[in-house]
Amino acid sequence: MASMPVTVDRAEKFEKVCGILNRFARRPSGLIPILQAIQHEYLYLPEEILTYVATSLDVPPARVFGVATFYAHFALEPKGKHVIRICDGTACHVKQSLPVLEALHAALGTSEKSKTTADMLFTVETVACLGACGLAPVIVIDEQVYGQVTPERAVGLLNEIKAQEALLATSSAPLAEQLSAEECHD
Amino acid sequence: MQPLPRRLLSNSQPRNAMTNAEPLTLGAAHGSGISTHAQVRRVIICAGTGCMANGAMKVFEQFKREMAGSGLQVILELRAEATSDEVRLSKSGCQGFCQMGPLVSVVPDGILYNKVRSEDVADIVQQTLVGGEIVERLLYKDPSTRKSCRGLEDNPFYSRQNRLVLNECGFLDPEDIHEFMLHGGYEAARKAFVEMSPEQICKTILESGLRGRGGGGFPTGRKWEAARIQNSAKKYVICNGDEGDPGAFMNRSVMEGNPHSVIEGLMIAARAIGANETLVYVRAEYPLAVERMRRAVADAEREGILGKNVFGTGMSMKCEVMEGAGAFVCGEETAMIASIEGLRGMPTPKPPFPAQSGLWGKPTIINNVETLAHVSRILNVGPEVFKNIGTKDSPGTKTFALTGHVSNTGLVEVPFGTTLREIVYAIGGGITDDAGKIWKTGFKAVQIGGPSGGCLTEEHLDLPLAYESLRSVGAMVGSGGLVAMNQGTCMVSIARFFMEFTQRESCGKCVLCREGTRQLLALLDDVIEGRGDQGTLDLLEKLGHAVQIGSLCGLGKTAPNPVLSTLRYFRKEYEEHIFEKRCRTGRCKALLSPEINQVKCKGCGLCIKVCPTNAITGEKKQPHHIDPELCIKCGACATACKIHAVEGI
Repeated sequence: MASMPVTVDRAEKFEKVCGILNRFARRPSGLIPILQAIQHEYLYLPEEILTYVATSLDVPPARVFGVATFYAHFALEPKGKHVIRICDGTACHVKQSLPVLEALHAALGTSEKSKTTADMLFTVETVACLGACGLAPVIVIDEQVYGQVTPERAVGLLNEIKAQEALLATSSAPLAEQLSAEECHD
Repeated sequence: MQPLPRRLLSNSQPRNAMTNAEPLTLGAAHGSGISTHAQVRRVIICAGTGCMANGAMKVFEQFKREMAGSGLQVILELRAEATSDEVRLSKSGCQGFCQMGPLVSVVPDGILYNKVRSEDVADIVQQTLVGGEIVERLLYKDPSTRKSCRGLEDNPFYSRQNRLVLNECGFLDPEDIHEFMLHGGYEAARKAFVEMSPEQICKTILESGLRGRGGGGFPTGRKWEAARIQNSAKKYVICNGDEGDPGAFMNRSVMEGNPHSVIEGLMIAARAIGANETLVYVRAEYPLAVERMRRAVADAEREGILGKNVFGTGMSMKCEVMEGAGAFVCGEETAMIASIEGLRGMPTPKPPFPAQSGLWGKPTIINNVETLAHVSRILNVGPEVFKNIGTKDSPGTKTFALTGHVSNTGLVEVPFGTTLREIVYAIGGGITDDAGKIWKTGFKAVQIGGPSGGCLTEEHLDLPLAYESLRSVGAMVGSGGLVAMNQGTCMVSIARFFMEFTQRESCGKCVLCREGTRQLLALLDDVIEGRGDQGTLDLLEKLGHAVQIGSLCGLGKTAPNPVLSTLRYFRKEYEEHIFEKRCRTGRCKALLSPEINQVKCKGCGLCIKVCPTNAITGEKKQPHHIDPELCIKCGACATACKIHAVEGI
């Protein structure tokens, strides 16, 4: 999480990055798969790791940041625990995906500019097309695809997760902390 | 039917036997070539992204349980020596009728069940598999005739298609290389490596008239020949699976449903140009396609199809799968090459063409997934048979992703030359309203070709769809996304939607594309938000043409198409926005002016309660008023009012 002291797990962090770099033989041509693997590990691309990658591959940091900012798939800021992606492909768009997005933003207090909630629980983002156009409009919550979604259903799904989270927070606060800490490391 | 000897089974080549005249088949159902398996009854559960989202895996697991408890002999693995009292349970790739999923088919009975939930499985097992009867409620009902359709033959969505590339997606288990091989898979690749010379392969593909299915429609044979004649020890073949067009998903289906057909096409292409390294570039948004392609490559390596000694010829062949990182422009050949080299995906000028100098400066060809999926069939049936279908200049079939306001959405594979009317009305079942009900007079337009394409209107309903015919009306085949739109769709907003997309996806290299798309978007916002004037339309057209001329790659060159095309066919709608400050569909919020009908309003106060900005005032039982200064046009009052007294929103 954002509040985690970085220094504590710094050594471990770079150890994992080294493993990834070695897997791609430290070749600059493998930059995109390397960044993908790092993002898979940390859920976003922390700045200090990008600099480290640049040094390790012997390329200017500008090149690594250039690639990281060029592709939509890369996130330079941490995302929430639950990522909600609303498809805004053509089919979803004509079948009213925008009201779904608006409803989720309204329910979470997020916006196009600030996509993640302050408690780091949710990130709401749009994606160009998920290729599930037959089910338009489509949203994806933590890799689970939901088709033919209405604003009401989207908010309903959101409330289900919120309820689970609330349960997790009240029934066993220490466990919840443990879980989110694990997620950060794992 | 007599059980067939095993050797005969493994030599069966139904893919070779397919001709134009062959009836549509789903697996073992009725196809002449595939009937070798007809004695084994199969339950096939569609495991494409769409059906999986609707719970296909739960259905699959439930089938396992129910079948085990029913006394049926269930087999999960493909075995050539299966006997007639066994039932095989398997998954397939995307069958294309996503909105009706999860789909379950029973062959050879030829039954297709729709929207199957796990609680329906017991009935299918008991009534159909054990009792031999149909579960009526799970059949597809044609919304226009209300008739139940038993299977593919009487289902208008399927029966009017000509599924050559998609056919196998519907019944082969995409994770089973043996099943693919049992149906003649990799035979064309073997032929290409063992019996044919590179020249012969290029000539065959050229003769077939196959054109790139990814958008441009460049003759595939010419592309291959250009790379073949290059004198270089190292060459590359790349499969373009970066299907970025929003609203198109045919490549996803083929990669998920029949990944080996893509690998086979790649191998043939590589043999044709003299390459021994191939790469599949898959869009990151398609995790299942990435997984299935990776698995298919690993299986092909294990079987010795890929590797150091391909078909005993001593030639080597490598295939890698790379995941894209979410940039639409990477669908462009030179940008894709930059991306594979680990750079920002920015296009470079052509010439030199990739066929001369591509990946790492070596001759490289890049073919679309669908193009490659056609290749093995051309080698199997010969170019003449391939050319029998389609039009003279655009031979073969094309898969369109039919979505939007139509009754049946999904993948539609038809010969080139099929009319829009056939696709939208006969296969798609007609236009629907926002609630999904048939709207007989609702047709407004079809957007074809995604952000690079244009709009087709009522006057184009009888236009045969092919590369040239579409270009002549300002549209393009593109990757084949067909988005049907009803009368409730605002065409200016649609143009804005695409412009926002291309503006966001512009890589920033060419000034006219980078800045031009931004200004085009701003001009469209002016129209939508009521700031436009006569000059706006002229400027939109001029700037649009400038961006077309001044951009390097296909993204910029075609970015203004949606604007220019809607201006051409729906100019009146633009003019209404500008001069009458009115959007006929009510979608453009800034142009709305909600008012309370003073005669209808009973003064119940409901609207006052729901208004988030306290813009509505009025005494109880007296007509209320909306303060236009405070109103944010959210429509909450109109939704709340039971007697529809709020108008103009």
